[in-house]
This record gives sequence, C-alpha cells and structure tokens, in this order.
Amino acid sequence: MADYIWLVPAFPAAGFLVNAFFGRKMSKAAFSWVACLALFGSFVVSAAVFIDFLGLPANMRLFEMNAFDWIVSGEFAASVGFRIDALSIVMCLVVSGVGFLIHVYSAGYMHDDEGFARYFTYLNLFVFMMLTLVTANNILLMFVGWEGVGLCSYLLIGFWYKRDSASNAGKKAFIVNRIGDFGFLLGIFLLVTSLGGQGVWTLNFGELQKNAHLLTGATAGLITLFFFIGATGKSAQLPLYVWLPDAMEGPTPVSSLIHAATMVTAGVYMIARLNFFFLMAPTTMFIVALVGLLTALFAATIGCAQYDIKRVLAYSTVSQLGYMFVGVGVGAFSAGIFHLMTHAFFKGLLFLGAGSVMHAMSGELDMRKMGGLRKKIPITFWTFLIACIAISGIFPLSGFFSKDEILGKAFESQGALFWIIGAVTAGLTAFYMFRLLFRTFFGECRAPEDVKHHIHESPKVMTIPLVILAVLSVVGGWVGIPKILGGENRFEQWMEPVFGHPKEAAAPAINFVTKAYAAGTGGAEAQGGSMEGTLMIGAIIVALVGIFIAYYLYIKRTELPELFVKRFPRLFRTVNNKYYVDELYYAVFVRGLFGLGRFLKRVVDEIIIDGIVNGIAYVLKGLGSLIRLVQAGYVQGYAFGMIAGAIAVLGYLIIKVIL
Amino acid sequence: MDVGAIDVAFRWVVFSLSGLVAIVASLMMVTRRNPIHSALWLIVAFFSLAVIYLTLHAQFIAIAQVMVYAGAIMMLIIFVIMLIQLEIESTRKGRITGGKVIGAFITVILFLEIGAALFSFPGGASKASGEVATQMGSVASVGIALYGKYLFPFEIASILLLVGLVGAVVLAKRRQE
Amino acid sequence: MLQEIPTSLYFMLSAALFTIGAIGVITRRNAIIVFMCIELMLNGANLAFIAAGSMLGSIDGMVFVFFIMTVAAAEAAIGLAIFVLIFRQKGTINVDEINLLKG
Repeated sequence: MADYIWLVPAFPAAGFLVNAFFGRKMSKAAFSWVACLALFGSFVVSAAVFIDFLGLPANMRLFEMNAFDWIVSGEFAASVGFRIDALSIVMCLVVSGVGFLIHVYSAGYMHDDEGFARYFTYLNLFVFMMLTLVTANNILLMFVGWEGVGLCSYLLIGFWYKRDSASNAGKKAFIVNRIGDFGFLLGIFLLVTSLGGQGVWTLNFGELQKNAHLLTGATAGLITLFFFIGATGKSAQLPLYVWLPDAMEGPTPVSSLIHAATMVTAGVYMIARLNFFFLMAPTTMFIVALVGLLTALFAATIGCAQYDIKRVLAYSTVSQLGYMFVGVGVGAFSAGIFHLMTHAFFKGLLFLGAGSVMHAMSGELDMRKMGGLRKKIPITFWTFLIACIAISGIFPLSGFFSKDEILGKAFESQGALFWIIGAVTAGLTAFYMFRLLFRTFFGECRAPEDVKHHIHESPKVMTIPLVILAVLSVVGGWVGIPKILGGENRFEQWMEPVFGHPKEAAAPAINFVTKAYAAGTGGAEAQGGSMEGTLMIGAIIVALVGIFIAYYLYIKRTELPELFVKRFPRLFRTVNNKYYVDELYYAVFVRGLFGLGRFLKRVVDEIIIDGIVNGIAYVLKGLGSLIRLVQAGYVQGYAFGMIAGAIAVLGYLIIKVIL
Repeated sequence: MDVGAIDVAFRWVVFSLSGLVAIVASLMMVTRRNPIHSALWLIVAFFSLAVIYLTLHAQFIAIAQVMVYAGAIMMLIIFVIMLIQLEIESTRKGRITGGKVIGAFITVILFLEIGAALFSFPGGASKASGEVATQMGSVASVGIALYGKYLFPFEIASILLLVGLVGAVVLAKRRQE
Repeated sequence: MLQEIPTSLYFMLSAALFTIGAIGVITRRNAIIVFMCIELMLNGANLAFIAAGSMLGSIDGMVFVFFIMTVAAAEAAIGLAIFVLIFRQKGTINVDEINLLKG
C-alpha cells in the first residue's frame, strides 16, 4: 500500500495543473470539486497507508522509495524520493485532512470572490508543496517543498493584490522567510561539506542518521543552529516572526491552513526530522527551547492588546509555535509534534470560526464593533468556544494533553523556571482567547445597524468543517493520554521508531536550571509521577485563573479594561503596537539597506565602475592619438624610420657577434 | 718589373681615382640646389662606378650600367626635371629643419656599423681572385647564366618591364574629359 | 709587393655610397632629387653585389645586379610618371607638402 504514497502529493499537483490550465473554462462548482477531490484523494491514500502501518510491527514502519535521480554530481547524489515513517504519515494525515476541510470551507467562503479560480489553484499548489516537504526523503527535496510553501504563502497572502497592504504583506512574508532560508542553506552547505570531508556525500535522511556520529559536536552545533535560523523564519519565532501578523491580509481560510495548521509548522517538523543532529548539539537545543519560550511569552502579551480578531489569532499562533519549539528543544520531539497536531485542529478551527464571524459581520474585523453574536450564529459560537477551551489547555480537550506534556518535559529537562514561564504564558493564552470570545460573542451587539441586519449563520459548506474540527479538538488529544492518567500515550509509542525512547531523548539537554534547583531543594526530579500530577493540576489552575480574569473584565465589569488603558496609556500603546518591533526593523534594516544601496549607486557604480570603464576608453583613446602621430603622411619620415630600423637591427647583430 | 705587379698597381690607381670621384660626385649630387646640377653629378658618379666595375672584371655590367643608368634613367630624370622646371627655382633657401639634421647624423651611424661589421668578421673580406675572374664577367658567361639557370627570373623581369611601360603610359595620359 | 685590392675596400665604398644616398633621401626637399638619391643607394648595393660575386667567384652577383637594374629602370619610369601627375595636381614637388596620407 505504501507504494501508492506518491499519489499523496500527486493528487494536489494534478489538481493544481488542471485548475491552472483549464480554470477559465470550468464553472465555479467544477473548480472547487476538482480541488477538494484532490485533497480528499490525498487524505484517503494517507489514511490507507496509515492503516497499513498499523498492521506492521513498530520497527517495520518505514517505507522509502526513490522516484528518480535528480542531482548527480561527482560523489554527491540527491534524488526525488519519498520516506514514509511514523512521523511523516502523521504529518500527511494532518496536512491532507485539515487541508481537505479547509478546501471545503473555502468553497463557501470565497464563493463571491472573482479570484475564485486563482485561489484554488494556489491552494492546491500549496498543499502539493507541503506534502512534498513532509514526504521528502532528503534535505534537498524538503528544501524544495520549504521554498514552495514560502512561494505559495506569498501568492496567497497577496491574493487581493490590488490592495497595497496585501501585496506589501506578501512581500514582507517572502523576504523575512528568505532571511531564514539563507540560514537553512548555510546549514545544508556546512552539512554537506562536513560529511563530505569524511567521504559521505549524501543528504538522505536515513543515511544522515547512520552517519551523524561522524560530525564533531561543534560542527553539529553550528549546522543545527543554521537550521534553526531557517525554522525561525518559516515558523515565525523571534526575531523573524514579524511577517505572520501581517499575513492576516490574506483570505481567512488561507490563514487557517497556512498560518495555523501547516506551513508554519514546517520548522517544527524539520527539527523533529533531524532530531539525530539536534541531539548531538545540546547548546542549540537549549537555544531552541529558550527562543521558543520567550517567543511564546512575548507573543502572548501582544495578543492581549489587539483588537483585530485575526491579529489576536496570529499572535496566538506565534505563541503556540513557541510551545512546539520548547517541546523539541528539550528533547521531547513527540510532544512537540503532538502539540502540532492538536494545534492544527483547534487553531484551524479558530481561524475558520473567525472567518465565519467575518462572513456574518460583512467583513468586520474589529472586536470592539462586535458582540452578542452568541444567539445569532450559534454553530460558529459553540465550535469557537470548544476551540478556546482546547487552546487554554483544559482537561479533557486535546490542548490540555499536548501542552501539558510539553510543560512536563520542560520541567524535567530545564527545571522550574521554564515551567513557570510556560504556565504563565498558558494563563495569558487563556486570558486573551476568552477575551476574544467574550468580546465577540457576548454582551450587546456594538455593530452598526446595517451590519446587524445581515448577521446570519454561514452556509453548511462552511459550518460542517467547523463541526468536524471541533470534534477533533475534543478527541484529538486522547491518543496521547499520559500514563499517569491511565492511558498509554499511544502517540509517543507510535513515534518511537523515529525519536527513540523518550527517556533517552530528554537526557542530553543542558540542565542549567534543574541543577540549580536541585542543588537548592535536593532532588525534585526524583519525585517522578506525583510531580507530573502536580504540574498538571497547576497548569489547569493557571488556565482557569486566566479565564476567570477574562470573564471578570469583559462580562462582569466591562468598564475596567478602559480604565486600565487610561491608567497606563503608554504601556498599552507599546503592547498594542507590538513593542514597535516592526518600526525598529524598518529603521535599522530597511533604511540601512536603502542607504547602502544609495551609497553603492553613487560611489561604487557611478564613480568606480563607470570610472574604470570610461577611464579605460579614455586611456585607449589617448594612446590612439599618440600612436597616430607616427603616421604624418611624411614620406621622408617613413624612410628615416626604415633606416633607423636597419641601424637598430644591424647594431644588435654586431653587438651579439662582437661581444 | 713583372706584368703582374704593374697590373695590380694599375688597378690600384684606377680604383682609387674612380672611387674618389664616385664619392665626391655623390656628395656634390646630394648637396646641389639646382636639380640639373644634381643630375649631372649623378651621371659622373655612375660613370665612375662603371670604371670600378671594370676593375672587378664585370665587363657586361659596366656597359649595362652606362647604357641603362647613365643613359636611359638619367635622361628620363632630366626630361622630367625640365618638365617641372617652373617651380624649382623658387625653392627656399636651405630650410633644412632640425629633424632632418638629426636624421642625417644618425644615418652616419649606419656607415660606421657597416664598417664595424666588415672588419669584425673572422677572415674579413678576402682578396678578389685573379685570372678566372676575367673570363667570368664576360658577356658570354653572363648570357649563359641568364638563359640557363636564371631563365625564369629573366622572363619575369621582362614582364615587369612591360608592366612598367604600360603603367607609365597610362599614368601620364591626359584624362579624356 | 702590392697585394690585390681587398674586397673590403669595395664594400666600404659601397657603404659610403649607400650612406650618402640615405642622407640625401632624408634631407632633401625636392622629390626628384630624393629619387636620384634612391638610385644612388641602389648603385651602392650593386657595387656590393659585384664585389661579393667577385670575391666568391660566382656569376650570381652579376646576375643579381642585372635584375636590380631592370627593376630600377621600371621603377624610374613609373615613379617619374607619378611625379609628373603630382606636379599637375598640386603644383609642387616639395615632399614636405605632399602629405595627404597623414594619419
């Protein structure tokens, strides 16, 4: 069954081609059918392979197939091939499944848009690239998918290109991604040359895993650092996260698919895929975890002060991605991927819900102009509520299990400080999500009259995916129920062939904080199971506190937030303006580059290069006019020249003979 | 006194005199302002050269020299000088520019070089040979060489003369308007 | 006892004639006189050939001179025809003024 895995990326590719070439001739219905069916086909094949794998014993769940040789240069060879193991099949299912639901949703959401055909073409192309990324069997092919999804992100963010803000956002996304990709490329180069120095010329994952031990610790550290820089770009971590909030200029289903469920998770997938390298570089892993943690906190604070519902969700995505990086940074790779999966469910749902709200409110985004939608768009409300509970990490929804596992592993690995910051962030998450929920769905409707009239529930084609995702948000976490609660943590077991036994994985991470803590209290790690339980309850309490505060501020005493803003105007403005990071980047990098460009134009191009070129022409002209003087048209001069020549030659010969 | 010695002495005298005349004549030729005078001095030089050829037993060449050079060519030159008589007398007084003087001095170096070359070679220049030479330079032997070994160049030379002839006629023809 | 006339003397004479002719070519202004100096140079060369032929006992020297004379005759004919034409065109035979081929 795994032989047919090539169909998984092939279906959306075919959908893309059909839509691209025959788009104009097909009706809207035919379009969306082609695109959705393509995705459905991918999902079915992925599911079939998954079921197949279930039947195999754990160590046999690996399938690799080379389609054709792509680059053969000396000893180095890269091919186009597929690698299906526990990790990639999960990713395939997530991408194709959630992607399928979003395609169906889009058929309804984008129904009135004139770029309908273009939209589905790009969307299929995107899924094709993403599936290439997750099924690739070597880094180079993965990079092709990596770049491809970046391209599609640009195309889709700038979908309504006639709007300046949209095309600028698209360019920003692509450029910032590119900066990260540069780091990724450096990592690839360093990897190839380091291994090549030892005689191993390959980028195939299996071969890399076998030969990883050939690298020194320092080299591995540098390589993984470069790869992580690439991940920061693609997955919107500090300092390259700035494109993600702007990416909300694109259509909402795009935000859901690309910037919540799939593309931004590529960085996490990459680290998980290359876990054998990262395990050799504990410094990098610590950096990964630290950056992830700080990003999570940072983005969460910004999210508390935004009024645009999509912006809140965007910062929430950055924050949750930070959690995923914490997970892989402390060596809990399966925990990171687990959170990736559950996040795809509830964040995808949240975005689609936001799209549904916008659909009802005729395109309004500002939560201050909403309110009281609870009764008017019930399905949207209930699914949104479920997603909010899930993201806050409340038992027994999916977010609880995945987030908790990450926090638990972080505590084991790095100690209490990590856990505390993580928990605070979780509290903030709960706070701003419920703030969003209460502001949007509760209270009085603050919308203008004409908008109020139009409020209606979305059509079935949009609400059914919402319901499905809501169900997944509830039950999706149950594959990862940890042992302490009586489950077997099937997810972790499933991932074992890829990540190794979990206890081994967590060991090499640097334990800065744990050592300090242990020195102080004398071995808290030894407490094991009961510690885990304590942590769990602690996390739930923090989340509930967050929800309660939101409830208090936005339902009970709604005048409080405004008072707060008046009391601390500068603080609020700073957070509202995202800590002015964009402005900082603009002042430093953009203006700097412009200045550099101007300097180069003036000095290097005009003075130096033009000078050299023109100068050479000048010199030659001068030489020419000098040499021209020889031809004076004066015959006796020529005759004298001949005689002088004869004298010279004769003189030379005489000297040669005599002396 | 034997004939051989007188012969040699005689040849020395003839050679010295005609050599002297040749050099004086050529010097005069180069320095005269009037072109007719220059031409006449050149004829003197040619004659003296013909005598020198005779001392070298090159009888045919000597006569050819007088006939061709001193006869035909110089006559042609004098004709042309007379044809272009008008402007000649108005040549400005000795305006020889500095560049020319320098050129003249440098050319003297050529003479010195040739001298150096001649006297530096081992074995230098040997004497001219004796009796055999007399027979060698006769018309008969030159004719045999020309029509024998050098037949092809001879024919080419005649074509060359034809070309010269035709060319001169064409060039000097007045254009038919 | 007097020796035979050494050939080197003939060569020296030839060199002298050649050099005098060369000086004349460079120095004189009148084109026809320049032409005559060229003829003098040719004659210097002729003398050298005859002397060398006599020294080596070969007839080749004289044959060469024969051809040189032929060429000189043809050259004189054409050269003088050109001088006449130039005089007709420019009204002067002064080499300093005939410089249309100036670069």
